[in-house]
Amino acid sequence: MKRLSLILVLAFVAATLVTAQDIKVGGVGPVTGEAATFGVSTKNGVMLAAEEWNAKGGLFNNRKVRVIFEDDKGDPAEGATVYTKLIQQDNVVAIIGTVMSKVTLAGAPIAQAAGVPMISPTSTNEMVTKVGDYIYRACFIDPFQGTVGANFAFKDLGARKAAALFDIGNDYTKGLAENFRAQFLKLGGQVVAFEGHPFGATDFKAQLTKILAGKPDVLYVSDYYNDVGLIAKQARELGFTGPMVGGDGWDSPDLVKIGGNAVNNGYFTNHYAAADPRPIVQEFVKKYKAKFGAEPDALATLAYDAANIMFDAIKRAGSTKGSAIRDALKTTNLNVVSGQVTFDANRNPIKAAVIIEMKDGKQVFKTTVNP
Amino acid sequence: MKKFNLPKLLIFVIAFYAAIQILYSTEIMNGYILHIINQSLIYVILAVSLNLINGITGQFSLGHMGFAGVGAYVSGTISTLVFKINPSSPNGMLIFILAIVAGGLAAAVVGFLIGFPSLRLKGDYLAIVTLGFGEIIRTVFNNIDYVGGPRGLLGIPKFSNFTTITIAALITIVVIRNLVESSHGRAMLAVRENELAAELVGVNTTRYKVLAFVIGAFFAGIAGGLFAHLLQMAHPTQFGFIKSVEVLIMIYAGGVGSITGSTIAAFALTFLSEGLRIGIRAIADATGLPIGGEWRMVVYSLLLIFIMLFKTEGLMGTKESKLIRLKEVE
Repeated sequence: MKRLSLILVLAFVAATLVTAQDIKVGGVGPVTGEAATFGVSTKNGVMLAAEEWNAKGGLFNNRKVRVIFEDDKGDPAEGATVYTKLIQQDNVVAIIGTVMSKVTLAGAPIAQAAGVPMISPTSTNEMVTKVGDYIYRACFIDPFQGTVGANFAFKDLGARKAAALFDIGNDYTKGLAENFRAQFLKLGGQVVAFEGHPFGATDFKAQLTKILAGKPDVLYVSDYYNDVGLIAKQARELGFTGPMVGGDGWDSPDLVKIGGNAVNNGYFTNHYAAADPRPIVQEFVKKYKAKFGAEPDALATLAYDAANIMFDAIKRAGSTKGSAIRDALKTTNLNVVSGQVTFDANRNPIKAAVIIEMKDGKQVFKTTVNP
Repeated sequence: MKKFNLPKLLIFVIAFYAAIQILYSTEIMNGYILHIINQSLIYVILAVSLNLINGITGQFSLGHMGFAGVGAYVSGTISTLVFKINPSSPNGMLIFILAIVAGGLAAAVVGFLIGFPSLRLKGDYLAIVTLGFGEIIRTVFNNIDYVGGPRGLLGIPKFSNFTTITIAALITIVVIRNLVESSHGRAMLAVRENELAAELVGVNTTRYKVLAFVIGAFFAGIAGGLFAHLLQMAHPTQFGFIKSVEVLIMIYAGGVGSITGSTIAAFALTFLSEGLRIGIRAIADATGLPIGGEWRMVVYSLLLIFIMLFKTEGLMGTKESKLIRLKEVE
């Protein structure tokens, strides 16, 4: 116990030694545990953004940002502890985090109660930002991808008759398909089939036969890559040659391994594409590769964006007061790697999605689609 | 003759409670430390109740957090979905207490149901059955839409605080200590020491094993309910196998069979895990070494290995402090 108290005392001393001028911002991510790769990417993204701001002279009045990054292990209980620590012990002015919705939902009420603004890079659960007016996120929520997919299918692919296939036991795929249908109908299209398949199915021919009987121009498949691969194969076997569209669940190298050539003429919505020619994207990819030796994934990108959105808000607020930063976040209008971003009334971002095409077994950047 | 020493324990707990309250209200201690203390106290309930099953009755349960999950979900459902209370609603506290007790009772019923068929098993086999049970509980919550399914039960009101958690932990320790001191407890110890011999002298071994599971599950359910009302959410992944192992580590590090040991270990390991977070960062800042928070779990695990190497019987062995005196059983 003596040693433990020594460690605690040392920590307090260290905490007070930090130059008072630095603006402390908390970062949270699952650096260890089952989602460790997510956490490491998130940490990299946040740290890179902080480094850039400090190289430019800090947030405001030459005050630099100091990120205190904590590990939540992907565990809600640990998340609550970390949020409490950052707010009560480190007195951070804002928090960037965390990755998994279940952990963010444990941390958000703590940040809200303390009046500390926070932005989650990648928590897509709708409830997250509904916790309160201090809670923002940098990623679009699931249903939004369905809307974007419908816009792309109708306007860019010129489809007028669509069909959707989804996993009936999964909120994510169901939500995407429902929003796709709603938007496609709104645009004046026709949805000839809307079929759910049971979780864990490997044979989709019954549903596909029914779907293809309606002769759709486009097939919307909101499943994850493993199901998508199988569905694509079986749809092609049944003679479907039209385009298929889906969501970010497609984003895996395994998609081609499972689906082979069948996934060609497939398109999916995603947060960002490394091949996007916008200068801000190319500059970010270059810097990230130089520093971490790997191409940034969506998590690193969204963390980088979330950090930039938060730092920008602190700068515009010109203050470290929670309410001032919150108000500045509300009026965000910033060009970040994943697009030009503003926030809606529920503190969800309004920004473009990118469309990635599967061409000859490779992901090719197609276009960006605005909401 | 043994003397009834509840007053001593009470004085100690009241002094502890008052000290923490004073430190907190004078802002010498911040909300972070208080949060860790709250968490430690919940782990005390979990560890002491698991100790009744594993340490005192000599069974091997790997599904303790499953019981906690039942408590968390049942009490959370009652407070959040049925009565929709919040800390300012009239009778809120009363409904909260009833919800927590209901959660404990539900967990006890599940403990009883699981107990009967599986308690004919011993050792490794029992461990596997309890492990499977814990996973079943988790999967069930994952599939009930009413309690949020895979998204978890959200928006649970924050009723758990230092006062309620301290009282619950005190009650757990007193009840389990008194149980162990009673003839029932003696029978449980007999089951642990030699089941066959216990049966020969007329101890109904199945009954005492089930009793241990029911009481252990009841308090685990209480702890789960308190946890849900502290975190303001319950999520299926919080009640998985890994979490059960964390509690198991506490009773082994503290000393199997020692209530004092479980209590100290619950505090020590919870604080150690957080202390390392701060300590490693302080070292990194002071030396400039590129070590981050992810090294925390490495050091934590190493320390556990050292505890078990150099103190195989745990911090306390089977001994109890004078505050929680317990007859030595050889």
